[in-house]
Amino acid sequence: MRIAMIGAAMIAAGVAVPARAQDPNHARNIAATCTACHGTEGRSVGGIPPSLAGQSKDYLLQALKDFKEGKRAGTTIMHQHAKGYTDQQLELIAGYFSSMKAGPGAAAPAAR
Amino acid sequence: MTLNRREFLKWVAASGGAAAVAGCAGTDAGPGAAKVVVIGGGYGGATAARFVKLWAPDIDVTVVERNTEFVSCPISNLVLAGNTELGGLTMSYEGLRKRGIRMVRDDAVSVDPAARQVRLAGGSTLAYDRLIVSPGIDFIYDQIPGLQSTDAQNRVLHAWKAGAQTAALRKQLEAMRDGGVFVFHFPTAPYRCPPGPYERVCQVADYFKRVKPKSKIIVLDSNPDITSKAGLFRAAWKGMYPGLIDYRPNSELADVDVKGMTVRLTFDSVKGDVLNVVPPHRAGDIAQKTGLITANQRWCGVDWLTMESVAVKGVHVLADATLSAPAMPKSASMANQHAKVCAAAVIALIKGQPVNQQPMMMNTCYSFVDGKNVMHVASVHTYDAAQKTMVAVKGAGGVSDKASELEGTYAWGWARNIWAEALG
Repeated sequence: MRIAMIGAAMIAAGVAVPARAQDPNHARNIAATCTACHGTEGRSVGGIPPSLAGQSKDYLLQALKDFKEGKRAGTTIMHQHAKGYTDQQLELIAGYFSSMKAGPGAAAPAAR
Repeated sequence: MTLNRREFLKWVAASGGAAAVAGCAGTDAGPGAAKVVVIGGGYGGATAARFVKLWAPDIDVTVVERNTEFVSCPISNLVLAGNTELGGLTMSYEGLRKRGIRMVRDDAVSVDPAARQVRLAGGSTLAYDRLIVSPGIDFIYDQIPGLQSTDAQNRVLHAWKAGAQTAALRKQLEAMRDGGVFVFHFPTAPYRCPPGPYERVCQVADYFKRVKPKSKIIVLDSNPDITSKAGLFRAAWKGMYPGLIDYRPNSELADVDVKGMTVRLTFDSVKGDVLNVVPPHRAGDIAQKTGLITANQRWCGVDWLTMESVAVKGVHVLADATLSAPAMPKSASMANQHAKVCAAAVIALIKGQPVNQQPMMMNTCYSFVDGKNVMHVASVHTYDAAQKTMVAVKGAGGVSDKASELEGTYAWGWARNIWAEALG
């Protein structure tokens, strides 16, 4: 708690944050890299690419690891993306999306 | 409480009251709420606004945008071939309004970083605690004497910002006789959308092949070679459009003769029926006026942990306007990723929480080689604390084996989702 308080004070005062200060939203922030394609919070507009929200963590993590290790056939791009993340990051991503509520993505409104 | 947000934070800093910060976070933005102002409602700005509001509903978010509608640059090359309609790429800002974001249709004319205020062309001012500037690009016409006048610029189009120019270039191509020559020039990297010019060549070629088969395309590339997906584009041009595309690298622009419909290069002149010249770019005007440009009089240097300007405190810069990190493209995907790193950091800074020290960014650029077949380039970027910049993760990323209809489906899925991230 004392470290958190000092950290907060330092940030507010514009002082560089020590590396040990933990981002409380780390999983959310890493998973946000996926959502340009898979939809905000993992709810995909139109379902392509597939929604990730509410899927089981085990399923998501296995799929990501299989992509990373080149074990999944028929992939176009996911094997290239998955290789960019550590196993720990993949676990955070899988955990985040499994904790999100499933549902349809909200599309951008047409102008006319 | 009459303290404004900044005074409040100073007080918090002085008293070391982290608990007080947590205690003040309500569920909705009230009169004393922290203020985030975003200049520019494109892929960077709209996405940043949406995610600040999504992740911190108690923060008051305002977007200043001069246009009434959002028009997507990605996919807009297809309009040139008649492979899609501009209307389908045009979206309203109603989604952001519904989420409680204030949309101000105006032009930001100046920023006072000391007073933390943005002045608008309409005369009013907006106060901010944190300002996010995502102005996109403006064109540098200084070195092109023949394109100084508005009239000349309206005749020789760039069509490198989607909208009226895209529709106008489509009309010029439709009006061109069969057997005509389309001459296309674009600048050296870095420019907006690395594969974009080569995709445009494919789209115009697709149109000519179907409708005006006697016509030709002369590609005057300032770069020494195709800058993105080179092997894939070469294969597409050779296999799908044989004899139609005359590609000329190292084509350094000297001038444009609008009356004579000629592009003048350093050592050559090329006449055409339709000329399309994309001038070099720099960060948009408001970045220049605010003193955010730090590199080559063109781009804005940022701290990649927060996207905060290295020149002006309290001001964050996103997307095409930034001095790109190594191997980082100026793309809509990257703008989306900048926006989310920035949104998270802005919220953390306002609330006195730790900033993410290990941001990640991911890029996906799809290119259409005709109306349906698509190929991609992908990369993943991570923060390198020693170099203080984003670096591409080795072994990750890559390109398609070949263009395919399956990737065409994914490209449209990407578009629908990235639009929703910005505007949904």
